[in-house]
Amino acid sequence: MKYIDEYRDGATARAIAAAIRAEADPGRSYALMEFCGGHTHAISRYGIEDLLPAHVRMIHGPGCPVCVLPIGRIDGAIALARQPGLILCTYGDLLRVPGSGRTSLLKVKAEGADVRMVYSAADSLKIARDNPDRPVVFFAIGFETTTPPTALVLQQAKALKLSNFSVFCNHVLTPAAIASILESPEVRALGTVPLDGFIGPAHVSTVIGSRPYDYFAEEYQKPVVIAGFEPLDVLQAILMLVRQLNEGRYEVENEFSRAVTREGNRKAQAVVAEVFELRRRFEWRGLGQVPYSALRIKAPYAEWDAEKRFDLPDRSVPDVKACDCGAILRGLKKPADCRLFGKACTPESPMGSCMVSAEGACAAYWTYGRFRHAQQGTA
Amino acid sequence: MTTPTRKGSALDFTHGRVDLTHGGGGRAMAQLVEELFVAAFDNDLLRQRNDQACFAVDAGRMVMTTDGYVISPMFFPGGDIGSLAVHGTVNDVAMAGAVPIALSASFILEEGLPLADLRRIVQSMAAASIEVGVPIVTGDTKVVEKGKGDGLFISTTGIGRVPPGVEISGDRARPGDRILVSGTLGDHGVAVMSQRESLGFETTLKSDSAALHRLVADMVAAVPGLHCLRDPTRGGLAATLNELAGQSGVGMMIHEVAIPLRPEVLGACELLGLDPLYVANEGKLIAICPPESAEALLAVMRAHPLGTNAAIIGEVVADDHHFVQMETAFGGRRMVDWLAGEQLPRIC
Repeated sequence: MKYIDEYRDGATARAIAAAIRAEADPGRSYALMEFCGGHTHAISRYGIEDLLPAHVRMIHGPGCPVCVLPIGRIDGAIALARQPGLILCTYGDLLRVPGSGRTSLLKVKAEGADVRMVYSAADSLKIARDNPDRPVVFFAIGFETTTPPTALVLQQAKALKLSNFSVFCNHVLTPAAIASILESPEVRALGTVPLDGFIGPAHVSTVIGSRPYDYFAEEYQKPVVIAGFEPLDVLQAILMLVRQLNEGRYEVENEFSRAVTREGNRKAQAVVAEVFELRRRFEWRGLGQVPYSALRIKAPYAEWDAEKRFDLPDRSVPDVKACDCGAILRGLKKPADCRLFGKACTPESPMGSCMVSAEGACAAYWTYGRFRHAQQGTA
Repeated sequence: MTTPTRKGSALDFTHGRVDLTHGGGGRAMAQLVEELFVAAFDNDLLRQRNDQACFAVDAGRMVMTTDGYVISPMFFPGGDIGSLAVHGTVNDVAMAGAVPIALSASFILEEGLPLADLRRIVQSMAAASIEVGVPIVTGDTKVVEKGKGDGLFISTTGIGRVPPGVEISGDRARPGDRILVSGTLGDHGVAVMSQRESLGFETTLKSDSAALHRLVADMVAAVPGLHCLRDPTRGGLAATLNELAGQSGVGMMIHEVAIPLRPEVLGACELLGLDPLYVANEGKLIAICPPESAEALLAVMRAHPLGTNAAIIGEVVADDHHFVQMETAFGGRRMVDWLAGEQLPRIC
């Protein structure tokens, strides 16, 4: 397929992999974090780790919106879905995420709640227009990529004076999460998690541009290479990071220049700024309370803010005790280190959020890579 | 229901709708059965008008299978729920290497279903039955209240006879065996998805819905020592290979570059974030045979119109974990696991 095959070509991959093997210094190790779940998925799906030498290691970051959503917010959505007559619209991945008390949106749907899977925010607006007598809530999640479409439907709802529609906003911000990882004691003070460089987000960067990463490169002296989600993008970014580290550089480089500019998408940024403002803090699964890391709906749009319109439970719910999602999301542990991995926790019956979304590190490992653990006799 | 269902004494197939009397056991039901079902499916056994069909069979081994059809939408490019209900069950009979003999059909109709739609489906089913040469010899009709069904559900049961010497079963794959597919994968699932209004994309792609018994007859004649046959319907290639690996207690290694896929299917999957290996097929089969017969089997498959794009895609390996693995086009290796949850609702 034109414009896809070029980025999945096996011969080019072997050439880049050979360059990585040739240039990576055997006297040191390279611990590289791919922030995005999209990259985690590409790495597992195309078997990229098979092409890397043992001392170039990938650490999977928290950039999976489903994975970092805390249980308390899932409980909020479940409480909404249980309201008589209400239609809750959500992206498919969220249906199976377990809330507290072993329930999930999929289970309350089976009990009779009207939960509908949508492919875009615009679909939920259409459902609201088609059902004027029923409250319709869009359960909005995601990083900067999915935020502009949510902002647009809020603008449209206001223009249409669509009083039965509202948004349960859970949009979060990438730079705040990267800062939180770099500020964590394991990385900064203790050094128990080696973190030498970052593969920067693909789609998120098309919106925010490459400029926001300058701070990390300078302040923390870590190289960042923004890369697309195709497997060759990822391999090329790994080579670029190895070269920066070999040369002692820590710069922001853009491998994804076919889509990402320095300034990003100004139009999308303006729409978001019009509708949303920063929350003082927001809870992330794995990272805890992260200051200024999420968005809430501004006052002029308060009428369409589900958190204001409905009485939602707002409490922090701890993860299942044995679940290591938190440590995995911070790069402290690998999925197979978790006692539940592949035993009590599988994609069919996930205990933790990293096992739910295809972009979650545990689901990617389990679905695509568990033969490796089986070969080592650990699973 | 106030819409008149009769125009004069005949059923009104232009404006009429199914109502509860059509399942009530009275004259209206008898009329529907006579004027629609018996007329369309007409054959000697059905004309016996008993609650069962009575016929003689040859000595030997028989197979029997049953399947429910709940696809939404009922009409899709390349077929409809009626033709699918014939092809799907004929295929399940054929996957034992058997020659299909007869089908039964049971209809659950929802009150309010337009009689025009019902007639179109029944006629499509009758045409499919004639085309595949397998009669529908007995049936049943029930009507449920509006809201208790989704227009129409069909159940078909099929029986067939296994030719002497043919031993095809999902537990017979052995390390070293070759894995073949009869053509491009994912066509049915993507064609059906394109009809869902919420997805909003158009394609020229058609469902591959087809009966495979004649292709199977050629394959069995050429390679009687065929080990396994299965049609990769729900869950696609991935689910079927995992089933066979588990049943046979083996692993499998397939090669991404060898898997036949249409560019339209790849494009749609790319757009929707789906993996074509998990998308349903209704006119394809997977065959597993000893390595020495693989080329002969491939040749006979490619010579049949339903197997022109057939390919050898991998081999059976010894593996206590029964993993299905794939060598990616990119040069790495990954698992092809069972589908977790549901990729898409109701496509067969």
